[in-house]
Amino acid sequence: MTAPAPRIVVDRLHSPFRRALRSWETILLVVAVAVFIGNTFLSPYFLNAWNLSDATFNFTEKAMIAFAMAMLIVAGEIDLSVASIIALASTAMGLVMTAGAGVPVIVLVGIGTGLICGAVNGFLVAGMGLPSIVVTIGTMSLFRGIAFIVLGDQAFNGYPPEFAFFGQGYVWWVISFELVLFIIFALIYWAVLHRSTFGRAVYAIGNNATAAQFSGIRVQRVRFILFLLTGVMSGVAAVCLTSRLGSTRPSIATGWELEVVTMVVLGGVNILGGSGTIPGVVLAAIIMGMVTFGFGLLNVPGIVMSVFLGALLIGVIAVPRLLRGK
Amino acid sequence: MSIWKKALATAAVATALMAQSAAAQDVKIAIVVKALGIGFFEAAAKGAEEAAAELGDVEIIYTGPTDTTAEGQIEVINSLIAQGVNAIAVSANDKDALVPTLQKAMERGITVISWDSGVAPEGRMMHLNPSSNALIGNTIIKLAADHLPEGGDVAILSASATATNQNIWIEEATKVLPNYPGINLVATVYGDDLADKSYREAQGLMATYPNLKAIIAPTTVGILAASQAVTDAGKIGEINVTGLGLPSEMAGAVASGATKSFAIWNPIDLGYAATMISYNLVKGNAKAEPGAEIGMGRMGAAKLDDGNEAAMSDPFTYDASNIEQFKSIF
Repeated sequence: MTAPAPRIVVDRLHSPFRRALRSWETILLVVAVAVFIGNTFLSPYFLNAWNLSDATFNFTEKAMIAFAMAMLIVAGEIDLSVASIIALASTAMGLVMTAGAGVPVIVLVGIGTGLICGAVNGFLVAGMGLPSIVVTIGTMSLFRGIAFIVLGDQAFNGYPPEFAFFGQGYVWWVISFELVLFIIFALIYWAVLHRSTFGRAVYAIGNNATAAQFSGIRVQRVRFILFLLTGVMSGVAAVCLTSRLGSTRPSIATGWELEVVTMVVLGGVNILGGSGTIPGVVLAAIIMGMVTFGFGLLNVPGIVMSVFLGALLIGVIAVPRLLRGK
Repeated sequence: MSIWKKALATAAVATALMAQSAAAQDVKIAIVVKALGIGFFEAAAKGAEEAAAELGDVEIIYTGPTDTTAEGQIEVINSLIAQGVNAIAVSANDKDALVPTLQKAMERGITVISWDSGVAPEGRMMHLNPSSNALIGNTIIKLAADHLPEGGDVAILSASATATNQNIWIEEATKVLPNYPGINLVATVYGDDLADKSYREAQGLMATYPNLKAIIAPTTVGILAASQAVTDAGKIGEINVTGLGLPSEMAGAVASGATKSFAIWNPIDLGYAATMISYNLVKGNAKAEPGAEIGMGRMGAAKLDDGNEAAMSDPFTYDASNIEQFKSIF
């Protein structure tokens, strides 16, 4: 009897060092360092603790959403309603603030609104089996539409002074509260996606949802939770942004959904699902923030920045493919 | 010498050089607009450069976001704060959302003013309006009177009966009417800022008042519709259409003679005046406080009211002599 040849399960194609060298994150790290050095050369104002601290506000709020969005995209879904959730959450916060609520209630209402919006998306996608891109394009108009109905061309302002801490406060020296929140969420999402069974399930679903289902993963429940997470993170971002602006207008955070998705894709997450890492998204967020800030220091018109970011996005995606000869 | 040391040394030299060239420029004034690529604001930037050339020791930084968002303007303002500009003159996308960032700018010693589209009082030192209600009210009557030396019947074609701006201007216009003897205001009608309704109202005016000499429309929709109605009725030369319009839309009516002249703010003057005010505040030539007068170069002086707001001037008059220059701007 000839025994079948033992099946070798390859878990590593190359040595860890070689893998790390050729990984997406390495490329991003090189780009980030290049951006940093380039900015230092080009502007005398770049290497200044306070200026760099100001620059972090360009990406912290978007990045918080991008962490949750990265997991969602790894799982093969997408949420285009995140910016509209910010608008609705901010409007809800304005309403309870006008009614005389204190800071803790305002914050809870902001995050709670995000949670409810996420649940709506999650129910429509996971519960009813509708495609997420269609559902969230719909809720994108729906959520912001409600904010416009409530506010029209008006604005909520007069948030209590203590509320300003979330978007304008500093924990220590130049380290802002938003930056601390960004680091904490980066660690949490890293642990969840890369060090937990839930994270494994997310990858499994993104690679083959049917196989994941038959492996005993409760696919729809995982999807529902992922939508809840993007909703909650949008709520958190709404608290920070509203606090930073000190006011609410229904047009708040217009266009952020695409910037968040850009951040995720630049971070190396496969838009078709199945692969991607949180460190990649962290690096992409920093690159985008530093490029915007550096160009701003040189007074480069914003449209040139958009062109540069677009080229960077295509370049970072194309170069590794060319290197691998695919 | 390693590459790193070389790089650092070069960076240090470059930094020193840039610091020197920065010191050679005395006053850095940033003109922040709602969005780049809008003709009105490009014209304002031209005015700012004109003021800079006149003053000599001024560097203008003309900037703004790519779309009209408050978040985009905040990113721009943050990078201006980082560059240590001396003054920021902003036309705001959101009067409230910019306040925290602009307060931070003021805390770091930067002069902050708003122009065109204002910022809430706590976020700026002063605001420059292109004009004032009283000046606009006077201008629209004057425009008609200038071409009626012997007087005659005039009518007003407004926007809707509830339009706040237009109602205030018409109220101001009726106040100054006694200063223009012979000008007889026979009717005020409302076209609701709809092209077809305004057109019909203008036709109605011509039918009802055969001696009508001028139609005054203090709205860009109304003035365009009325000049079309006058042209279609073959009454060019008999009835002059005037009021507030946009040069790009009114060029045809001015060419045909249906409109002899009309008015609107001049963006070049506005950019010029905002730069002059910023400069004078930075140099300490004036303080932004109620009652203060701040020099605006060739535009005279801006007098601040109790809310630290000032009106620049009468709306600027456009006619056959300058319409070609402005029609491509806005």
